[in-house]
Amino acid sequence: MNINTTKVISLLFFIFSAFYLYTAYQIQVFAFDENAPFNARTFPIYLGYAGLFFSGLKVILPEPNTIKVQHKNLEYKKTGILILIAIIYGATILKVGYFLTTSLFLFTSYYFLGEKRWVLMFLLSFPFVAAFMYLLHGVLDIYLRDPFLQSIGVMG
Amino acid sequence: MIEGILIGLTTALTFQNILMVMVGCFFGTIIGMLPGLGPMTAIALMIPITYGFDPATGLILMAGVYYGAVFGGSTSSILLNAPGVPGTVATSFDGYPMAQQGKAGKALAIAAWSSFAGGTLSAIYLLFMAPSLSKVSLSFRSPDYFALMILGLTAIAAFSSKGQFLKAMMMVVLGLMLASVGQDSLSDITRFTFNNMNLTDGISFVLVVMATFAMSEALTIILKRNDPTSAAKQVSLTELGSIKINKEERTKMYKTIPRSSIIGFLIGVLPGAGATIASFLAYGMERNVVNDEEKEKFGKGSVNGLSAPETANNAACSGSFVPMLTLGIPGSGTTAVMLGALLGFGVQPGPRLYMTNPEIFWSIIMSMYIGMVILLILNLPLIPYIARILAVPKNYLIPLILFFSVTGIYVMSFNNFDIYLMIGIAVVATFLRLYDFPMPPLILAFVLGGLMEENLRRSLLLSNGSWEFLWDRTLTLCILLTTILIVVWHFYKSIIRK
Repeated sequence: MNINTTKVISLLFFIFSAFYLYTAYQIQVFAFDENAPFNARTFPIYLGYAGLFFSGLKVILPEPNTIKVQHKNLEYKKTGILILIAIIYGATILKVGYFLTTSLFLFTSYYFLGEKRWVLMFLLSFPFVAAFMYLLHGVLDIYLRDPFLQSIGVMG
Repeated sequence: MIEGILIGLTTALTFQNILMVMVGCFFGTIIGMLPGLGPMTAIALMIPITYGFDPATGLILMAGVYYGAVFGGSTSSILLNAPGVPGTVATSFDGYPMAQQGKAGKALAIAAWSSFAGGTLSAIYLLFMAPSLSKVSLSFRSPDYFALMILGLTAIAAFSSKGQFLKAMMMVVLGLMLASVGQDSLSDITRFTFNNMNLTDGISFVLVVMATFAMSEALTIILKRNDPTSAAKQVSLTELGSIKINKEERTKMYKTIPRSSIIGFLIGVLPGAGATIASFLAYGMERNVVNDEEKEKFGKGSVNGLSAPETANNAACSGSFVPMLTLGIPGSGTTAVMLGALLGFGVQPGPRLYMTNPEIFWSIIMSMYIGMVILLILNLPLIPYIARILAVPKNYLIPLILFFSVTGIYVMSFNNFDIYLMIGIAVVATFLRLYDFPMPPLILAFVLGGLMEENLRRSLLLSNGSWEFLWDRTLTLCILLTTILIVVWHFYKSIIRK
């Protein structure tokens, strides 16, 4: 049986809307607000029903343009690695600091995307991040937390 | 008024003020190009600097930054599909496909000329219509705003291609759902936070726009790297193309610019509406106005589709000054920041501003025009250099886009959670894009979500829970009827096509 992925996504959205609607009904409002014409749960409730309505229609109605994605042509591995590197970057940026984590993130991303020109990879990571950091921190006065640079005495 | 214009010109044409406009436009363009740092951030950064100047000079500098940042935002929309500000989201619909076809230079030139024309025309409108328009904007009530937002969201039908109406509406609902996360604006009750403190303030706009546009675009490019259907696109990305606009394209722009500038200006005048709704409405209207052949090109690199939102967002920037200067009500988030600065100078905006500080009122209006000219002089020659960003190989460009996205969020919140949330939304958005679920409706809905709920709340409370407010006022009814017409027209056209 050939399953139409758009319909599956719509069905998932239908389930998500049902969950959203259920959560909307669980929003605790103040006692005096309970019977007010509008309270904190009114708008979300309308949204939940709207989600059920539109996704329900999408599931029921015939699909005029079926989209076929050629999964064998897609680069799931490299995309997955890039996402993983971004997650590690996000996890370490506060503890290690902006400069080192960002530079390493860029360097490893270039490498996993197939780049092998080491000098260029280096120039577009460490010095590039240093220059960008100077623009943000030095010129625009946007605070950037960096325990690593503080520990080696570069940043005050 | 002539006296006022002369006062304005005298103030605006001093060496110091011209220099301020130039500096503002230049820095605004640079900051606006960096995804995540839009005009609001740029102007906020300028406030401490402006306190060293007199009020007129300070506001002239901020106005220059504003225009520069909006143009800079258009540049990143066209080249990277990464709109840094909501007002330039619609620019990416046709600007980015044009860049992918090897016409990046041309796309930037069209954007620059359209911005210039939109800004110039709206400065003229502002000159003559500011006093009377402020009265019109006062007549808009909550039900009208609510209806206007419904109209704006329904206009997304114009963005969806064949058979995508329901997908677009699903994305609208998803955008509104994301906007509902966090504290309720009136009661402070937290909603959909699941006891996570990081969600108490809601999800930031920059996070959603970075995730659904910049980051998911980068992931999609990597995902489809070996896809033969998208390989051609990637090769053409390295081509800059000519920045010359040919006669046929100029003819199209001549028709688009006047109507989009009027829409942009009028929407900009309405407090709270601003450049985003203006650009989306102008795009939607332009698509409905052009012939069928041109309509097919929308979303694939249409000149009209690029010129319309660019004209409208700049026109709306000028328009948003009307309520700020004449009523003291900011027309957008950016003018709200400027209003704060104005109050800091000890200047009270309002109808009496003409009389008490005419040099401020008129010099800002005059500086807007001068700013437009300077922006064009500065940016047109720089286009070939700006567009060189496209020549960066994908192996470098993709990590750099991800880096700008993460940095944009990091400098805003210093929070790991926001980075994870952005990655999560980007992964979902990438998957949805694979199956042609449009992202622009989600962004528009997300931007309008809070305002929409606020206006619905006021309308329902005033009418004691009755939905009669939808047809009680003629203006509300007219806007709603227009909305219904758009939906009916869309379905009628779909049936005709079949």
